Amino acid sequence: MKRIALNGAGLLVALFAAFPVYWMVATSLKPNREIFASTPRPVPAQPTLEHYREILTGNLIPGVTFLDFFLNSVLVAVATVLLSGLVALFAATAVARFRFKLRTSFLIMLLVVQMIPLEALVIPLFLMIQRLGLYNTLPSLILTYLGFSLPFAVWMLRGFVAAVPKELEEAAAIDGASRMQTFRRILFPLVAPGLVATSIFSFITAWNELIFALTFVNDQSRYTLPVAMTFFFGRDDTAWGSVMAASTLFTLPVIVFFLLVQRRMVSGLVAGAVKG
Amino acid sequence: MSTLTEAPEAAAARETPARRRPRVDRLPYLLLLPCLAIIAVLLLWPLGQVVAMSFYKLNNVRQLRGTREWPWVGLDNYVQILGDPFFLRVLRNTVLFAAANVVLTMILGTLVGLLLNRLGKRMATFVASCVMLAWATPALTGTIVWKWIFDDTSGLVTWLFNKLPDGLSTALFGRSDWTGYGWFNSPLLFFAILTLVVVWHSFPFIAVSVLAGLKSVPSELHEAARVDGAGPWRVFWSVTFPMLRPVFGILVVLSTIWDFKVFTQQFVLAGGTQDRTTFMLSIYSYAEAFSPPPKYGLGAAIAVILTLILLLVTGIYVRMVLRQEEDA
Repeated sequence: MKRIALNGAGLLVALFAAFPVYWMVATSLKPNREIFASTPRPVPAQPTLEHYREILTGNLIPGVTFLDFFLNSVLVAVATVLLSGLVALFAATAVARFRFKLRTSFLIMLLVVQMIPLEALVIPLFLMIQRLGLYNTLPSLILTYLGFSLPFAVWMLRGFVAAVPKELEEAAAIDGASRMQTFRRILFPLVAPGLVATSIFSFITAWNELIFALTFVNDQSRYTLPVAMTFFFGRDDTAWGSVMAASTLFTLPVIVFFLLVQRRMVSGLVAGAVKG
Repeated sequence: MSTLTEAPEAAAARETPARRRPRVDRLPYLLLLPCLAIIAVLLLWPLGQVVAMSFYKLNNVRQLRGTREWPWVGLDNYVQILGDPFFLRVLRNTVLFAAANVVLTMILGTLVGLLLNRLGKRMATFVASCVMLAWATPALTGTIVWKWIFDDTSGLVTWLFNKLPDGLSTALFGRSDWTGYGWFNSPLLFFAILTLVVVWHSFPFIAVSVLAGLKSVPSELHEAARVDGAGPWRVFWSVTFPMLRPVFGILVVLSTIWDFKVFTQQFVLAGGTQDRTTFMLSIYSYAEAFSPPPKYGLGAAIAVILTLILLLVTGIYVRMVLRQEEDA
């Protein structure tokens, strides 16, 4: 009896959590007459890819397709990931491998800057972008997202670096390896999985961001996907099939990546809260 | 393989660094340099700059580009905002919204965490996977889907309300035909739906964190309490909660910070920044600065106020984390 009640509650939670995602995908696969039918169907009766074809082949604005926005987003996110991964790896190595004077201050600063409300930085960063002449360019966004993703990336990576046994590096040093060689041959390969996890986090940060992309880029052909979606969505409130197809394409990579790293995110955010 | 002649030499080098290397090892500082430079330029400098901007009258983009001068107005922007009854309404909206969302997210998240801990292995995996989906969905698309669910003609909620027996629907809400009903038109309903969207997005993180915490509590403690005749309510408050107090503390602070500055969900749900009746601090600051006519100085002042409020909460958070790092 108790078992049944618990399982029932579990199913309710699962339904509440997963239903919107399911409904997004289901709607994207329905022909219009099913989407706008007076009685909604829980499952598409005649699934169709017409909405996907529509958004992938049609021009959202003259000469620019969904794919162009997708590529803008990929470009920005990948550049962010590469830059922030490299810089974070250096910093994490410094913090996890060396004891130096400002180490604790640096760690506290990392925690504090993660709490800066980024929404409050739109105006001063807009000023900086204007001054640098980067307004209306994708690098303006890469620069912005680099700053946003870096503190958490360092925080997360330092755990991975610390987890590599120091003895391995010491052994390499004894064998006469230089510091650079030790870093490249010993530490880097062992930290690589952590670097991937961290990169995925930075990717999601850059991929999902809306406000700054909305503010720093004016030329429609340079919109990232979230801005294009807002624009595309605001223009026509009734094309729900295409909107859901676009949403699905936007969401899919995030869900896949997210499931790969979510464990680390929890441990990064509540670091030290639970003694294990 | 190491040569035997080299090994003792290298070991000696490590033990007496002062003789072989410069007194201070510069390498860690070199490694930190790029990171520090980026944080300083892209986060700390703008933070100072937003404070500076709040003391100027900046109503033209040419001023930002540096081709027009910046008239200093002192505290005028703050005086104007704090004296405006509209600001008080925005502040009240923000605080009430954050409070409601933190409480609801914490309750739902904790309940789901406890539930996941009690379910059988397969069921728990299934439910946890579904919960992950809500967490993984980007704020943007999650909000768009909820907007579709609340669509006034073909949305699922509109259909559900139309399905209610007409008499009941009329008795409860004073209408039986819901087609064309503007779910987002009244501020209260708008905030209710926004709360639904935000709680849906944020309860998974709480649930997973609470679950992780529960796994670290030895199950003997629960059993002992139960043997002593404690009911589930008592077990939670006397055993589970005290053990997880540090986790709860951090989760409440993080949620407060996140819910205070909700932007994307509100922007998408409201379809932009036109609807001033549902403004909260972050969107208010953005709208003042960027919707024409631009008022960057005024927007900056609002951003500073938002930052100060969050700074207070952050102070609490950092103290908690540091205390736990010391304990660990």
